[in-house]
Amino acid sequence: MSIGARIIGWGVLIFGLLYFFVPLGGLFEFSLKARRGVYSLDAYSRVWADPQFQATFGYSVMMALATIVIGIVIVVPTAFWVRLKMPWARPYVEFMTLLPLVIPAIVIVFGYIRLYNTSSFLPLTGSVLGTNVLLAFGYTVLALPYMYRAVDTGLRTIDVATLTEAAQILGAGWFTILSRIILPNVVPAVLSGAFLTFAIVIGEFTLAALLDRPAFGPYLQRIGANKAYEPFALSVIAFGITWGCLALIQLVSRFSKAAPARF
Amino acid sequence: MNQASPAPRLRLSFTWLGLMPFVIFVMLFMVLPTMHIVIGAFQTRDGAFTLQNIVDLNSGTIPSSYWISVKISVASAALGCLIGFGMAAAVVFGAVPRWVRSPLMTFSGVASNFAGVPLAFAFLATFGPVGLVTVFLRNNFGLVLQRDLGFNILSFWGLTVTYLFFQIPLMILIITPALEGLRREWREAAQVLGATTLQYWRMVAMPILFPSLLGTFALLFANAFGAVATAIALTGSSLNIVPIQLYAQIRGDVLGNPHLGYAMAFGMIVVTAIANVVYIWLRIRAERWLK
Repeated sequence: MSIGARIIGWGVLIFGLLYFFVPLGGLFEFSLKARRGVYSLDAYSRVWADPQFQATFGYSVMMALATIVIGIVIVVPTAFWVRLKMPWARPYVEFMTLLPLVIPAIVIVFGYIRLYNTSSFLPLTGSVLGTNVLLAFGYTVLALPYMYRAVDTGLRTIDVATLTEAAQILGAGWFTILSRIILPNVVPAVLSGAFLTFAIVIGEFTLAALLDRPAFGPYLQRIGANKAYEPFALSVIAFGITWGCLALIQLVSRFSKAAPARF
Repeated sequence: MNQASPAPRLRLSFTWLGLMPFVIFVMLFMVLPTMHIVIGAFQTRDGAFTLQNIVDLNSGTIPSSYWISVKISVASAALGCLIGFGMAAAVVFGAVPRWVRSPLMTFSGVASNFAGVPLAFAFLATFGPVGLVTVFLRNNFGLVLQRDLGFNILSFWGLTVTYLFFQIPLMILIITPALEGLRREWREAAQVLGATTLQYWRMVAMPILFPSLLGTFALLFANAFGAVATAIALTGSSLNIVPIQLYAQIRGDVLGNPHLGYAMAFGMIVVTAIANVVYIWLRIRAERWLK
């Protein structure tokens, strides 16, 4: 490797790293400037005291948890079943799970609003509970590509067929097999899918705003149009949560290298 | 043996059932809503078939919003490819120490998922009127971004620069394995035959990488085209791109015709679908070499 190539390489890398870290630094610095002339945590304390922040943040956390549960209930049995009984269907199922990356979220939610309005066969948007349910399912769709891939990768590391047969010989039904044999063995994979889901849902804007639910993303956007420093403090918090989740994924995937059950 | 043969057929119907929860879920919350929009794009208000909505896409502000969206997507995808390729190449070809690779990949995995409202605020705080970089340049170099460079964060270039934050990492994630698939033997074979570095790149490496590069470009394009939250938080409604216009249409029927809204959404699906098909097709081609 010549000196020139080395210099260019370092130059490009440093440029890229600056590109990533300067905006993060700018965001953090700006969020501390609420008090004139000195750095302070004023914006953070004001945000913290805002009941709307607590309400919307709590709502988004609940939504994220609901989404994770729905995601696990739908994805784990499906991925298990496909691996065990219908390997030929895997490309089709995988294709379906990748569709949310192709269809923009705004189009999907547009469809929800028109398909599940009050005069439809399933009037979900007619009630608060129904809209919450619809939003949770919508988030599950958004998280589907990541969740499915994570779980499917996890299942690859265990011997699904042998584990299932062993459990069946001992008299286990499908529910027992899934909940007490398969799920515990793919916990690291499920967790990394769950953290990613959490990170996606917490800051999500489009679905929540168009379904008119009091979530964190729309609150952040609304406050951004009205307040000077608070939205930046909120963004720092949102960044922190996302990066925390993704750091946890790294941690979990490191743990999962301890060998799972195998025959 | 003869007695056993009806059993598998009976089992098959049960096997299907196992997939039903997933199929019903996907149908109800992804396929049917999307179909509803697509079908609506070809209907009049009375439900009769028409192509008028598609024709009407070519009226008012819609063509210009598609045009701006395409321009932003192309610009951010092209720059993302270029910078991401440079960074990946610097790591893969050993211009920088090898240990950089692992943190860079981890970081890219994180940052490529980071679109949304907070990202918009990060760039406002950096390149906005009183942002970190803006103030720094003004105080130290007397350079005013808006006046001297014509740069405004609430504009075409502002949005492009912001999108690059998730475009570059996505490029790094996808292109690094492709670069690592270039075998040392190919370069050595070219050198033995008397090729210069430039010739090696032009006649060996680039033709192999080309499908990967173009495919990733298509993916980045689709990625930028569908981004809504960042754009809305950054520019409000001052920049007339497709997702913002569709957002306004869903909220308040600003086009005055619900089915024209369907047609706009349909147009979005068509654009992202084409980009994705190109990506998948080129990826299959690329994998012929990179085993």
